[in-house]
This record gives sequence, C-alpha cells and structure tokens, in this order.
Amino acid sequence: MTVQREAAHTWRRQLHGSLVILKKNARLYYLKPPVLIFGILFPVFFFFAFKMGRPIEAENIVPGMIAMALWFTASAVGPLVTPWERGAKTYERLISTPVSHHAILAGDVMSGLVFGTCLSIVPVLMGIVLTDASIDNGPLLIAGMVLGALNFASLGVFLAAPPTRSPANIMLLSNLVRIPLLFVSGIFMPIEKMPVWAQWIAPLSPLSYTSALLHSAFGHSATYPVWQSLLMLLLFTLAFFMGSCEFHNRWRAKGLS
Amino acid sequence: MKAVIGVKGLTRKFGHLIAVDHLEFEVHQGEVFGFLGPNGAGKTTTIRMLTGVIDPSEGTATIQGHDIRKEPLLSRAHIAIVPEEANVYLDLSVWQNIMLIAELYGIARHRRIREAERLLAALGLAERKKAKARELSKGLRQRLMLCSALIAEPEIIFLDEPTSGLDVQSAKMIRQLVSDLNRNGLTVFLTTHNMSEAGELCSRVAIIDKGRIAAIDTPDKLRSTIRSRQYIEVGFIGSAPEHSELNSLPGVSQVDEENRTFRLYTRVPGQTATEVVRLADRRGLEIEHFGSQKPSLEDVFLHFTGKGKGTGLQ
Repeated sequence: MTVQREAAHTWRRQLHGSLVILKKNARLYYLKPPVLIFGILFPVFFFFAFKMGRPIEAENIVPGMIAMALWFTASAVGPLVTPWERGAKTYERLISTPVSHHAILAGDVMSGLVFGTCLSIVPVLMGIVLTDASIDNGPLLIAGMVLGALNFASLGVFLAAPPTRSPANIMLLSNLVRIPLLFVSGIFMPIEKMPVWAQWIAPLSPLSYTSALLHSAFGHSATYPVWQSLLMLLLFTLAFFMGSCEFHNRWRAKGLS
Repeated sequence: MKAVIGVKGLTRKFGHLIAVDHLEFEVHQGEVFGFLGPNGAGKTTTIRMLTGVIDPSEGTATIQGHDIRKEPLLSRAHIAIVPEEANVYLDLSVWQNIMLIAELYGIARHRRIREAERLLAALGLAERKKAKARELSKGLRQRLMLCSALIAEPEIIFLDEPTSGLDVQSAKMIRQLVSDLNRNGLTVFLTTHNMSEAGELCSRVAIIDKGRIAAIDTPDKLRSTIRSRQYIEVGFIGSAPEHSELNSLPGVSQVDEENRTFRLYTRVPGQTATEVVRLADRRGLEIEHFGSQKPSLEDVFLHFTGKGKGTGLQ
C-alpha cells in the first residue's frame, strides 16, 4: 500500500511538473516568430495555394484543411523548445530539477497539443460558418482533433532531439519531414486518386489517419476505417514519444555548452 | 560528521577523453566545500553528474543517501544549482522566473510567495520583481539565479563560479549570503577560480587536475603540506647581508630579493628567523621590518596542479 501510495505521489508530482512546463512553454514560445510562421502562416498559405482557381466544393476540403492546420500548429512548438533552451542555457537548469526528463518532454508535447487544438478550432468554425460543411459525428471530430494534435506534437518533440542549439536547424529538419508528408496524406486529394508510389507511402504518415478520421467526422468517405485510424494514431504517438525519450536522453550531454 | 554527498569512483568519458577519472570524496553536512581546478580539469562535468544533467560513465554518487543513478529524482529534490552562466528565462519577469522554479520543485503556493518576497528583499531585487530578466545586468541576473536556487529550499547548493565576472557589490553580496546560509546549515559545493574567495568561504577544498583529485583537505592543512612555500620576509636599513649568507642559513631553500627586502623560503620559519636575527647581531645590521608568511591557497593550487613547477615550488 505504501509503495502504491509513493508511486501515485511520484506520478502526481511528475504530472504537475509537466503542467508547469506547459505553462512555461505557453508563456515563452507560443508567440515566438518561428511558431507563428510555421504554425499559422504556413497552413494559411497552403490553403490558398491549393484552393485558388480550382473547381473544388469548399465543404469537401474542410476536413483536409483542419487536418493540415493541426499538422502545422501542433508540430510547431516542439521543435523550437529544446534547441531554444539549449541556446539560452536554460536547459541545464531545467533538467537538474526533480522533474524527470520524461515529464519535461510530456510537458513539451502538451504544449503542442494545446496550441494545435486551440488554433485548429478556427478552421473548424470557418468551415461550418462559411461553407456548407456540417459535422456528422461531433465526438469523433473532437477525438480526431485531440489525437491528431497529440500525435503531431509528439512528432515535433521527437524532431527536436538532435543536439543542436540552433532552433533554425530543427525547424529546417521538421519542414523536411512535414511538407513532403503533407502531399501524400490525402489532404489535397483522396489517397485513392494519388499515384501508386504515393499510395504506398500514405500509410506511413500519421496525417493520413487524422485526415481519414476528420473526413469520417464530417460524413465523408474515408480511406481508412475509424478503428484503424484511431489505432494507428495511438501507435504513432507512442512511437514518437518513446523515440523522443530515448534520443533526447541519449543526446542530452551533447547539446550542452 | 554526516556525509551529504558521497562520490564513489565517479568517471565520465567523452569518446576517448576521460574528463573525470574515478573521483572519490565526501562532502559533509553544513560545510562549504571548495572544488578548485584549472580550466578543463573536470569541475563542471563533476557538477553536471552530481546534479543529474549528464550520466556518469562509471561509478556513482549519493546525495543525502540517494544514488544519483538509481534514484535521480529523489537525489535532485535535495539540491539546487547556480551554474556559471546565469541561465534565467530572459522573457520571463524576475517574479515569474522564481515562481517557475518553485513550482517545478513543488513548493506550496503560500510558501513560495512568502519565500520569494523574502529572498528578493534579501538580494536587493524587490523593486525589480516585475522587470523582465533581459533588462537585468549580469550581476542582477546572477542574484536572480541565486533566488531561484534558494526558493527550492535545498539542503545542498551547487555554485559554479558564482561571482565570476560580477561587479564588486554583487560579488560581495553573494559571498555574504552564501556565508550566512551556510551558518544556517546549508551545505555549499563551490567551484571558483578566485582563491581568496575559496580561502575565505571554504571549510575544505578539493583540488582537481586532469579529472583526478590532486589534494583534499582544509585550506590550512593544505597550506601546511607545502611547507617549503613558507617564508620569512626581512628588510635591512643600510647595508644588508650577502645572498649566499642568507642562503646558507638552516632550512632556507631559496632566497628572493626585491627592493632590498629578502624573502627566505624555509621549512622551519621559527629557526630561520632566529638565525637571521643572530646574523644581524653578529654583523651589526639593523633590521627594518620582519615577518613570516604561510603559503597562500593560490600557492597550494599552483603546486598541486603542476603550474608551480619551474617557479621554485616543490
């Protein structure tokens, strides 16, 4: 009983630590230029690049636009935090506190989750108000957005593992991953209509499953069934977070001055 | 005396480079433990291992009985660190910086507010509590770092070059605070290049060189281990004895002269002093001033780090 109580206490302390990290990140990084550029301007730019001059019914692109907004916003915070803190020499102070490295990374993931989910409400509202799109399954929409944001935020934190003190290097790396995957994940056209090679790559992108979930939530046909999308997003999230813990820990000493 | 830090075979390798090589030492409760060494000797790497920032390659250490490898969170709960470079969050205010660390250490709300107010007043930052950290000078940022460390109510504090590059006022304030806190029972692990600071503050010092402990003891005992660096200083009015006469006195190993003042290095300063007086009597010389000195901590440091070789140090 005492052991269980101690374990519960430790978990509570670490969860509290993650929430403190979330608060710190929200204060410090949500308004940093790289987050605003890659988290907000990029999806808006891609929306116009895709929509302008093409004869597509607006309501049909709403799920894809929400998925794209989630993709960019939720994964914008993670790549910035660790390299920024290494450069500012606050990282060393942070990891010497009695908050575990896993809890710190979980706090970083939560920062991306909250940022991505909150900002992605904007395209949801715009889609409902400005187009004929309607939500067919509200709980599924919420689940898809939250799980998608959690997954993309984990990817962002995973990408921040290389031991650099320059946020620009990690931002470059994250865009090398994020932008190509955008084009093979059924955002701009259904996966079934993409070239064969792209159809092979699509299942490797977590964005494909988020896009499928959101299409289902809006009552559109989806490439993957709901259960498969939910399962794959959970597995990807677990893999990204475990990868983050492993590689951040492995390269912890290399990123110090 | 109870050991609050126990270091056992602590080693850190970076590739083929052994930065810290099988360190063994203890730090006792309530002492100011000086950790001295030249640049690159392994001081910061040792602190980083003890504070959980990097993992040891071999060996381990305990902090208040908790193994830093097996119970890292418990061991870190007892410590706070003030790194060499002030690493406060520049975009947070003074108050927010302190609250952040207090929250990470799980200090209760009412207690962290009360303690923060007290610490800010003690360190002369009360009027700047709403200012962003980036608006502070280096000295004020270092004081903020100290506030952030102390808000965690640590039992052991690691200070890595805490006064390096600071203005006289900030350095003096930090030294005074460290001294006061130590009197109240806080154990201090201090690295510094400032030998007078180490001599003034430290109960014991360890000298590390090339990743290994070269010497460890109280400053007084370390000074006495290099007895050849004790000297007596004597000046004469009018004529003075020959260099060779002074050099032949019992116990004298070296004689230096500057502005008609002779410095006689000796292992037996009392006996040498007597002989100098006898010599002056015999020769009818008048002594202008006379004194004896123990080697400084700087002499000890140079001796043990090998930097004294070639300058008469033994």
